[in-house]
Amino acid sequence: MKNCYINGISAISAQDTFESDFLNSAVINENDNILRAIDPNYKVFIPPAAIRRMAKGIKMGVATSAQALEKAGLEQVDAIIVGTGMGCSQDSEKFLRNIIDNKEEFLTPTSFIQSTHNTVAGQIAVRLACKGYNFTYVNGAISFESALLDACMQITSDEANSILVGGIDEYAEHTFSLYQLIGLIKSAQDRPFSVLNSATKGAVFAEGATFFALENTRKESTFAQVIDVRVKNKLNQEQVAAFINDFLDKNALNLSQIDVVVLGNNGDVEYDGYFKKAAAHLSESTQIYYKHLSGEYNTASAFGVWLASNILKNQQIPEIVRLNSIEKQQYKTILLYNQYRGLDHSLVLMQTVE
Amino acid sequence: MELGEIMMKIAITGIGIISAIGTTAEENFNALINRKSGISNLENLDTIHKETLKFGEVKLTNSALTERLNLPENHNFSRTALLGTFAAQQAVKSAGIDDINDYPTGLISSTSVGGMDKTERYFYEYFDNQQIQKFITSHDAGDVSHKIADSLGIDGLVTTISTACSSAANAIMFGARLIASGQLERVVVGGSDSLSKFTINGFNTLMILTDSYNTPFDNNRKGLNLGEAAAYLVLESDKIVEEQNKQVLAYLSGFGNANDAYHQTASSENGEGAFLAMEKALKMAKTSPKDIDYVNVHGTATPNNDLSEGIALQRVFGADMPLFSSTKPYTGHTLAAAAAIEAVYSIMALQHNVVYPNLNFKEKMQEFDLIPTTELVEKELNTVLSNSFGFGGNCSTLIFSKA
Amino acid sequence: MANLKEELKTKIIETLNLEDLTIDDIADDDSLFGDGLGLDSIDALELIVLMDKDYGIRLADPKEGRTIFTSIQTMADYITANRTK
Repeated sequence: MKNCYINGISAISAQDTFESDFLNSAVINENDNILRAIDPNYKVFIPPAAIRRMAKGIKMGVATSAQALEKAGLEQVDAIIVGTGMGCSQDSEKFLRNIIDNKEEFLTPTSFIQSTHNTVAGQIAVRLACKGYNFTYVNGAISFESALLDACMQITSDEANSILVGGIDEYAEHTFSLYQLIGLIKSAQDRPFSVLNSATKGAVFAEGATFFALENTRKESTFAQVIDVRVKNKLNQEQVAAFINDFLDKNALNLSQIDVVVLGNNGDVEYDGYFKKAAAHLSESTQIYYKHLSGEYNTASAFGVWLASNILKNQQIPEIVRLNSIEKQQYKTILLYNQYRGLDHSLVLMQTVE
Repeated sequence: MELGEIMMKIAITGIGIISAIGTTAEENFNALINRKSGISNLENLDTIHKETLKFGEVKLTNSALTERLNLPENHNFSRTALLGTFAAQQAVKSAGIDDINDYPTGLISSTSVGGMDKTERYFYEYFDNQQIQKFITSHDAGDVSHKIADSLGIDGLVTTISTACSSAANAIMFGARLIASGQLERVVVGGSDSLSKFTINGFNTLMILTDSYNTPFDNNRKGLNLGEAAAYLVLESDKIVEEQNKQVLAYLSGFGNANDAYHQTASSENGEGAFLAMEKALKMAKTSPKDIDYVNVHGTATPNNDLSEGIALQRVFGADMPLFSSTKPYTGHTLAAAAAIEAVYSIMALQHNVVYPNLNFKEKMQEFDLIPTTELVEKELNTVLSNSFGFGGNCSTLIFSKA
Repeated sequence: MANLKEELKTKIIETLNLEDLTIDDIADDDSLFGDGLGLDSIDALELIVLMDKDYGIRLADPKEGRTIFTSIQTMADYITANRTK
């Protein structure tokens, strides 16, 4: 069985994470209930003939996958696996709006073509001329973890030597308006927004893309290893502890060996109880959170993995993500837990490399 | 050890299907062997294309499906979720399962439209009518899978794949790999897609719809008929088959996914992605092209697909091209569900030793000498290959073998 | 005719989102597809809809587009001869 190494990472997010040093310029949002991702110069990665058709999600995906590859020193991969909760919403909305407003007449194909969920994975394949395995997972908050699970299975069983794995979700005006309508997004009047100690429902929503270049060989550029991934469709809060224990048992670990737990608290008073249970269960671990920086979106948990990768490599935890003040001598093993509205629970286990 | 070196032989113990040619596997099979196409005029959806285009529509309305599924009146199932739940329940019943969680069980579903039928209907109305707002969370692909999983009582690994027209094949593959790797003992796999104005108009803008009946692999083919459907397979480990003395319907013995990496919607001239997918599947199944008895082609009857697929078939099979046909003249192109309904058809072909006719065929394509089977052929079948190719260059092949 | 050509250039830049180009960058005889502007089959479909919507010309067969869309000049010629709007 081979190991699964993260050899390249890249994130476009509401913070300056693409060009800058690890979270040095991170700013906590308190006033906006919708965060937009900071755009790099996409023209560096994508020629004009292609960029003209691309909505933000595709551009973010192409740019971060390119940067992750570059950091890993790779020009080609054996497989491309992507997770996205809502797919290419901007193009979907555009096409749909045109259908309705023009009563099905004078419709043009570009936005329809770009709206299929696997457009990002397909575009990356075209850019790299990569003819290998190409999958897209679309299942709410475990879209990214499904992609990661699939990738790790292939790397560890020696089906592939290198895989690009990513999570992308983009802001789309109509969709976000609907989310505000039904309270999935925090009401503007509930500001200032806090992810911890929130008394209000909904979350601050955002967009972003995060990519990882996985390989079965260790390199200079290696950040960390992915040991295991597990997903579950639903749990009640009383089942969280057992969910975690079961996962750790399978990996021959006990609670005290988890140096850091990364939690997906998003400030939704209705559901953050899940994270409180996880925190209580892992009370001896250093606890960190990230959605106060990334915002909430279906694949925001990929940002958590990005964060964990950096911590495992640099052996430092930025103050801005700390939930408690427990320090460890060494940050060797990290457990990530996420869920959204009681559904799509995931656990990811990562470790340093020897 | 490469996965391709392991014997891939996953038992299929249940099938469930709903399509334009029937609401059960038996109904579908009877239509197939009696040349009864399900392509007709649209009844349940309002679109300006109603008069000019034909579709593979499931004639049950949402109310009728709601009734059959015993759902409460105020449910928020999209049509895709209704079709999917219907077929998945049928599959689980067909597999003789009493307690779905008696072994580690998962669901890998697939869809391309998700709840779009509701999203497009209520696009603006959502803001003025609170009663329909319950459908907002039914839009995304994951919601369809959750509803199916909940209706089956599955408590475990549930996820969704969306790679356009190869989606269900990919769901089937991933499910098989979860069993092969020992993570699960049982997986319900398949896909569902309902008709929607979004896809009807989308495909229309690409000018690849026919205003008549689709004619796969015909020189004068003009395009596809859209359809809607859902189908699911129950895959079970050898352990379950032995311990519960299960009847195996067929085996999944090989599969492959590859990417054309050429263009977002058009296939490459030499059918590279299709060729690679078929080669991967044959290698995994340890089968030589000569041993394939029947190919259920993707055969959408678009100028581009059939040419590209034909070239790829020639590259793989050379002079040993087996009997082949497309079943899309019966059902239309059901997008994400296509590979799932065609998997069910492939399995039934193996069970009954028949090759289905490729309806509507008149004239051989000028580019090569590939002529589909136009009559129902009764012949012993041991291995069937099924192709499904989607936008984004996504090419998938499944190989089924006799139980 | 000169107005129509300028109008076409503007519309093409807008519809096909050719952000980096101005009207002056497109010569009347520049090849639109292949080596010139590098447009592709999806753009051809966009142009077909543009002809229908703005000039009332409906193409029965998308393949006709190949000759019509050779350049701005050929497009303008065809539209002048066939427009119903």
